[in-house]
Amino acid sequence: MRTRFGRRKRNSNTKPTRQHPSPIEDGPGAPASDEAPPVPAAHPGVPAVVHVALAGNPNAGKTSIFNNLTGGRQRVANYPGVTVETKEGLRRHGGVTYRIVDLPGAYSLTANSPEELIAREYILRERPDVVVQVVDASNLERGLYMTIQFLELGVRLVLALNMIDEARARGLRIDTALLGERLGAEVVETVGNRGIGTDALLAAIERARTRPPRPPEGRYPAELAALAAEVRRQVEALGAAKYPAHWAAIKFLEGDREVRQWLAAAADGRATQFESATRRADQLARRTGESIEAQLAEARYGAVAGIYHEAVRRDLSPRRRMEISERIDAIVLNRYAGFPIFLLIMFALFQFTFTLGEPLMNGIEAAFGWLAGAIAAHLAPGPLRSLLLDGIIGGVGGVLVFVPNIVLLFVAIGLLEKSGYMARAAFIMDRIMHRIGLHGRSFIPMITGFGCSVPAIMATRTLEHERDRLATMMVVPLMSCSARLPIYTLLIPAFFPLRWRGFMFFLIYAIGVVLAIVMVKVLRVTVLAGESTPFVMELPPYRWPTARSVVADGWEKSVLYLRKAGTIVLAISILLWTATSYPVPTRHAVDASRLTASLSPAELARARAAEDIAYSLAGRTGRAMAVVFQPLGFDWKVCTALIGALGAKEVFVAQLGIVNSVGEDAPSVSDLHGVLAHDYTPLQGFCIMLFCLVAAPCMATVAATRRESNGWKWALLQFGGLTALAYVVTLAVFQLGMWWGIGV
Amino acid sequence: MPTSQKTIRRNTRTLAQLPPGQRGIVRRVTGGGSIHRRILDMGISKGTLIEAVCEAPLGDPIKIKVRGYALSLRKAEAALIELDETE
Ligand SMILES: Nc1nc2c(ncn2[C@@H]2O[C@H](COP(=O)(O)OP(=O)(O)OP(=O)(O)O)[C@@H](O)[C@H]2O)c(=O)[nH]1
Ligand SMILES: [Mg+2]
Repeated sequence: MRTRFGRRKRNSNTKPTRQHPSPIEDGPGAPASDEAPPVPAAHPGVPAVVHVALAGNPNAGKTSIFNNLTGGRQRVANYPGVTVETKEGLRRHGGVTYRIVDLPGAYSLTANSPEELIAREYILRERPDVVVQVVDASNLERGLYMTIQFLELGVRLVLALNMIDEARARGLRIDTALLGERLGAEVVETVGNRGIGTDALLAAIERARTRPPRPPEGRYPAELAALAAEVRRQVEALGAAKYPAHWAAIKFLEGDREVRQWLAAAADGRATQFESATRRADQLARRTGESIEAQLAEARYGAVAGIYHEAVRRDLSPRRRMEISERIDAIVLNRYAGFPIFLLIMFALFQFTFTLGEPLMNGIEAAFGWLAGAIAAHLAPGPLRSLLLDGIIGGVGGVLVFVPNIVLLFVAIGLLEKSGYMARAAFIMDRIMHRIGLHGRSFIPMITGFGCSVPAIMATRTLEHERDRLATMMVVPLMSCSARLPIYTLLIPAFFPLRWRGFMFFLIYAIGVVLAIVMVKVLRVTVLAGESTPFVMELPPYRWPTARSVVADGWEKSVLYLRKAGTIVLAISILLWTATSYPVPTRHAVDASRLTASLSPAELARARAAEDIAYSLAGRTGRAMAVVFQPLGFDWKVCTALIGALGAKEVFVAQLGIVNSVGEDAPSVSDLHGVLAHDYTPLQGFCIMLFCLVAAPCMATVAATRRESNGWKWALLQFGGLTALAYVVTLAVFQLGMWWGIGV
Repeated sequence: MPTSQKTIRRNTRTLAQLPPGQRGIVRRVTGGGSIHRRILDMGISKGTLIEAVCEAPLGDPIKIKVRGYALSLRKAEAALIELDETE
C-alpha cells in the first residue's frame, strides 16, 4: 500500500501530463512556444514562470476553470472524483507565464483516498507559488473548512468562488471583500462552465503572489492549543523542513500517518517527546469523550461559521435549483419507482445508441461500398487491389462503419455523467454492490467501462480502498466496451431473426455483468478477502449539460476513434492481410483433383482461394489454434480473427472480413452476414460473441491495469483469468448447446 | 467541554434511526480511523444540523442534507453519528 502510493506520487506528480503544449496568448502576435521561455518578468526578482495549483473540493469546478485558463479539454462531469491525476497547462498573461496544474479533488488535507493523497502531496512537495482553491459558492461552509486548512499550511491562497450563479439562484449573497479580509486571501467570483471571471482570477493570482500568507484566525480549545504548541517546538527542534512545523504539529495530533512516520524518521533515534505528546492527546480525547480529530474539526467549523455568518446573507427568496434537484430526486430515488427508473435509464442508454446509430451506419457503409466499387473498377486484379479492397477497406472500413454507434454511446454515458445522475446510480446500486463485496462508487467505472475499459480502470482511483480498487479493476473488462460492439453488430444480425436481435444484445451485455458479479465475489473470498469499506458520497445538484460540452465530447471521441482506426487497426489489418495472403502455394489441390470438371469457374476460384488462405501464415496459425478451440465450436478462420482481437477488439471484425473475402471483391457487412450465416450455426455465432466478450482484454487495457495496480501481477492475472474464464464458459455453452440441440 | 457519560448512554439516537423528513443535531461522531475523519471532513461535527431525506430504493444508503448540500451514506456509517433531538 505504502509503496504503491509512493510510486504513484512519482508517476503523477513530478511529471504531470503536459496537456496543452503551448500557452494561450492574450496579446496578438506574441510567439507561442513549447518550452517555458524566459519571459520578461513583470517585476524584477519575480520568477518568470508562476506555478499555480488548482485545488479544492471534488466537483467544485476545478477542471472547468483549468480548461478556461489553459484552453485545455480535460474531462468535466457532474460527480465528485472525475479528475484522478494531475494535469498541467500553460497560460501567458501580462508578460508572465503561468504553469497551471489541475489537481484531483479533496475534502480536506487529510488524505483518505489515493487521489486525495495526490492533491495533498502535490501541494506539500511541489510547493506551488500560488494555490487557487476552487470553492463551490453554493456550498461555501464546506469549502471554507478546507480554506482554513490551506491557511494552516501557510500557502499563498486565492479563493475562486465558483458556481456563483447557483449560489445567487439559491439566494446567497456573498460579500467577497469582507470574506477576503477575514481570510487574508484574494477572493474572486467565477462561473467555470461559462468561462466567466477568468481574467479576474489571473489578476488575483498576480496579487496573491506578493501577498504574505496569514495564519487562520481559528482558535483551538486551550488545552489542544497548548499541546499543539509543544509539538510544534519539538518539530522545530528536529530541524527538518519537509513540512511547515505548525502544520505538522496539528497533523501529528490528528494522527496523520504520513506525518507521524516522517517525524519518526526525522527523529532518527534521537530522544523526543512525541510519545508523551501522543499520550497526553489520548488522555485529552478520553476525558472529553471526543477524538482529537473531532475537536480540531469542530474548531475549524467554528471559525468557518464565524466568517460565514459575517460574509454571507441569505435572501429568503427562491432556493430554486436545490429545489429542482430535490424534486427530481424525489422521483428518481423514490422507493418504488427509483429502481425501475434506473433500469429504464440503462436501457435507454443502449436504445439511444442503436436507434440513432443505425441510419448513420448504413450511410457510411454505402460510402465504403461505393469506394470499393470505384477501386475495383479502376485497378486490375493483383496484390495491390487485394490489399486495398480486402485489407484496408475490408479491415479499416469494416471498423469505421461503427463510428456513429460508438460515439453515440460515449455521448450517452457523458450525458449521465454531466447531468448528475451517475452519482444517483451509485447511490441506488450501492446495496447490490455492497452485497457482492464492492462499493457503490465502483458502479461509475463500470458504466464508463461500457465505453472503454482504459478510462474506467483509471477511474477506479476514486475508490478509497485498495481491495475495492483492484476488484473493480479486474472485472471492468467484463463490461462490454464499445470496441466489442462491432463484433455483436456483425454477428447478431447474421444469425438471429429481427425480433430476437434486441434481446441478444441485451443478453450479451447482461452475461458480462453477471460474470463480473460472480468474479468479484470469487475475488473477495479469495485473493482480495477483507472487510467491506464505508460509503460516503456527495450527491451534487442536477445540472444541464451544456450543448457545447456534449458536442465537444462527441467530436473528441470521434477523433480518437478515427485515429485508432487509422493507426492500430490499420497496422494490424495490413499485417493480418499479409499473413493471410502469403506465402502463396505453387499448386492447388483442387486443380489436380477430378472435381475440376464438375465445378463452375466461380466455384473453382473460390476453392482455390480457400486453399490459398489455408496455406498462408495466418491459415496455418489458425489451424494450430483450432485444435484448442475446436471444442468451443471455432474453426481456424475464427481463430485467426482472435489473434487480431488481441491488439484491438475491432480487428476481429476486420479479420473476419479479410479471411472471408480474400480472392473475392470487397465484401460489405451485409455480404459478410450471408457468408457467416452459411458457414456457422447460431450456436457457434453466439459462442464467438461470448468468447470475445470475456476473453483477453486488449493490450491497452492490460497496460492500464499494470500501471494502475503498479505491477504485472494483477495485469497478468486479469489477462489469464479472463481468458481461462472465457474458455470454460464458452466450452460449457457450446457443449450444452450441442447436447440439447439448441441453435445448431 | 466534557460530556457526561451518563447523558450519552441515555436515549442515544443515531442518524441511522432518524426517520426521513426529520432533523437532528449532532452530539458527537463516534468510530475511529479514516471513516471518522471522512465524516468530519464532510461537514458533520458536533452541533451540525442534519435532515434525513430518504432511503435508497433498495433500503440502504440514505440521503441526508447537511450544511445545505446533499450527502449519502450507508446506515452503518450513519450509526456512528449520534444525535440530539430538535423540535
Ligand atoms: N452552474 C455552474 N456549474 C458549474 C460551474 N463550474 C463548473 N460547473 C459544473 O460543475 C460540474 C463539475 O465541474 P468539474 O470542473 O468537473 O469539477 P472538478 O472540481 O474538476 O471535479 P473533480 O475532478 O471531480 O474534483 C460540471 O458539471 C460543470 O459543468 C459554475 O460556475 N456554475
Ligand atoms: Mg476535475
